[in-house]
Amino acid sequence: MTDSNYAIEVTDLTVAYEEKPVLWDVDLQVPPGILMAIVGPNGAGKTTFIKSVLGLIKPVAGQMLIYGKPYAQQRRLVGYVPQRGSVDWDFPTSVLDVVMMGRYGVLGWFRRPGSEDRRRALEALEKVGMAQFAGRQISQLSGGQQQRTFLARALVQDAQIYFMDEPFQGVDATTERAIVDLLKELRAAGKSVIVVHHDLQTVPEYFDWVMLINVNRIAAGPVGVVFTEENLRRTYGGRIGFLGNGGAAGLHHDVAAETAGVLVGGVDGRADQ
Amino acid sequence: MVELINNLLFDYTIRTVALGAAVLGIVAGALGTFALLRRQSLLGDAMSHAALPGVLLAFMLTGSKAPVVLVVGAAVVGTLATFLLLSITRFSRVKEDAALGIILSVFFGFGLVLLTYLQRHPAAAQAGLNTFLFGQAATLLTRDVVTMTAFGGGALLLLALFWKEFKLLSFDRDFGSSMGFSMTFLDVLLTNLLVIGIVIGLQSVGVVLMSALIVAPAAAARQWTDRLSVMMVVASLFGAIAGVVGALISSLGTGLSTGPVVVLVISAIVLVSLLFGAGRGLVWTWLQRQRNKHRLQTQAVLANLYGLAMQHDDPYYPHNVSVLRAMNHYQGGVRLSLRALSSAGLAHETTPGHWALTDKGLDQARELQLAKQHPGEIAA
Repeated sequence: MTDSNYAIEVTDLTVAYEEKPVLWDVDLQVPPGILMAIVGPNGAGKTTFIKSVLGLIKPVAGQMLIYGKPYAQQRRLVGYVPQRGSVDWDFPTSVLDVVMMGRYGVLGWFRRPGSEDRRRALEALEKVGMAQFAGRQISQLSGGQQQRTFLARALVQDAQIYFMDEPFQGVDATTERAIVDLLKELRAAGKSVIVVHHDLQTVPEYFDWVMLINVNRIAAGPVGVVFTEENLRRTYGGRIGFLGNGGAAGLHHDVAAETAGVLVGGVDGRADQ
Repeated sequence: MVELINNLLFDYTIRTVALGAAVLGIVAGALGTFALLRRQSLLGDAMSHAALPGVLLAFMLTGSKAPVVLVVGAAVVGTLATFLLLSITRFSRVKEDAALGIILSVFFGFGLVLLTYLQRHPAAAQAGLNTFLFGQAATLLTRDVVTMTAFGGGALLLLALFWKEFKLLSFDRDFGSSMGFSMTFLDVLLTNLLVIGIVIGLQSVGVVLMSALIVAPAAAARQWTDRLSVMMVVASLFGAIAGVVGALISSLGTGLSTGPVVVLVISAIVLVSLLFGAGRGLVWTWLQRQRNKHRLQTQAVLANLYGLAMQHDDPYYPHNVSVLRAMNHYQGGVRLSLRALSSAGLAHETTPGHWALTDKGLDQARELQLAKQHPGEIAA
C-alpha cells in the first residue's frame, strides 16, 4: 500500500479544534530532495499541517508516513524549526545551548550533551553565520539572529526531512538570502525541506514544489504546474490579482491575501461539510 | 548577635529550625526557578492554599500529626486541585487565571471551615494545627527536618536527573515533543515536584505565604544572571537566606509567625535585586539611559555649534552659551555637554561664556552631519 519512495506521504488528514475543522481530508505525497512551500491564507491550517505530521497535534483522522513508516519510528530523520515567536526569548540561556537542544533527540533521556555535541553545534552555527554569537544570551538577538539560531538547532538534528514554520518571518534581506542558500544546500545534499511561506512573490524563485491549502488542499505539485493564478484564486478567494501585475503588487499581496482569506472563510462553505 | 551565633552553633532546637529552613529555602528556590520560567507562579499559590484542607483531612482521618501523614494529605489534595484546575481550563470556557482563583479560594475556604471546626476540639488545639496557616518554624522537630530533607533531596535529585528534559519543557515544548520526549510526563513530574516543594514548607512557612518562597527567590535570582544553572543556585541561596533568617527571627522568642517574616526578608532581597541586579536592575538601566542621553545631547550641542559656525563665514567663530541653551530648548545640561566636548578636544571656551569648535570638532560635526543625511550607509 505504501510507496516508500516518498519522503512524506499524508493520507486523509483531518484535524478539528472543538467542532471547527482546521484541515479537511488533506492528501500529500512529497518525493525526496525537493524544497516545498506551503502557502495559504491565515488560518488555512499550514502550521496545523506541520504539527500534525510531527505528532504534536492529534488529528481526527489520517495517516502520516515518513519514508513509509509512522513518524514515531522515524524521528531521527526529521528536523523541526518552530515559529520563532513560539518561545520565550528572554529564557536564561545562550545561543550555543539552544542549538545543542537539537542533539537531545539523539542523546535520549538523561544523557548530557558532551564535547562532540558541542562541536556539532558550533559547526551548525558556523553554517548559519552565527559562530561569533555562540556565547550570547538569546534575549540579545535580533529577529534574524533568532531565526538563524533555530535553523542551526535544526541542522544539528542532521535530518533527512526538515519542517520549517515561517522561517522568513520578520527577517532582513541578508538573513533571507542566507536562509535560501541554506535551503538549496540542503536540497543538494538530497534532503527535503517543507516550509510554511507567506511571500507568494518569491515562491517560484525559492521552491520547486508548492502546496496550496485553505482548510482543504487546493493543489500540490511542482511550482511550474500548480502555482497558477487559477489555483491561487481558489486558495485566497477571487479578488486577488497579483500574479500578472508584476513587482509592484508584491508590496500589497500580504494584505490582499489576508483579506481574501477572511472572505474565503466566510463565503466558502466547504469548511462546514 | 554573639548570642545568636552561639545559639546557632550550640543550641539544639535553634540548629534544627535553621537547618530545616535552609533545606526548605534551597528546594523552594530551585523548584521556583522552573515555575517562574514556565509562568506557573500562580499555580504554586493555588496549590499551597489547596494544601490546607489536605493537611487537616489527613489529621482528622488518622489523628496523627506526624509530618509524613500531613505531607501525604497535602500532596493528595494539592494534586487533586491541580487536576481540577487543568480540567476546568480544558473543558470549560473559563480561562486559567479565573480557574486558579476559583481553585485557590474554594479549597482554602474549605480548609478554613475545617480548621475552625477542629479548633473546638482540644486534641487538635494541642496539635497546633493553626500554625499551618502562617507557619511556625519553632515547632520543627528533628524528625520533621529529616522528612523535609528526604522529600526535598529527592526532588532536587530528580531535578538534576531530568535537567536537560526540564529545560526543553520550559523553553520549547513542541520541539522537545517532536524529538520524542513525552512532555506530558515531564509536565506532570515537574508539577508534582512543585507540590513536594510546597508541602514540605507548610509547617514552617504556612499555606498562605509559602508560594512567596517559591516565586520570589527565583524572580530575584533572574535579575543577576542569564544562565539557568546559575539562576537556580542563586535562587536556592536566596531561598535559604530568607528561610533561615525568617525562622530564626520568629523562633527567638518574638512570638512572630515564620511565614510573614520570611516574606519580609525575601521581599527585601527581591527589592534589592530589582534595583541593583547586574544588567537588568532598574538602577543599572537608568544609568545606562542617562549615559545615552548625555551622549546624544553632546552630539546635539556639537551639531548646533556647527550649524552656528556655518551661518558665519568663520568656522571658529565663538558663540554665546545662551544661544546654545535656546537651541537646546532650555532642557538643561548644555554646560555639561560643552565640558564633555571640551575634554574630548572638540570645542573650547574662547572667553568666559563663549564657545567655539576646534579643528577636530569641526571634522566630527561634518561626519555627524553626513551620517544624518545617509543613515543607511553608516548602519550597514
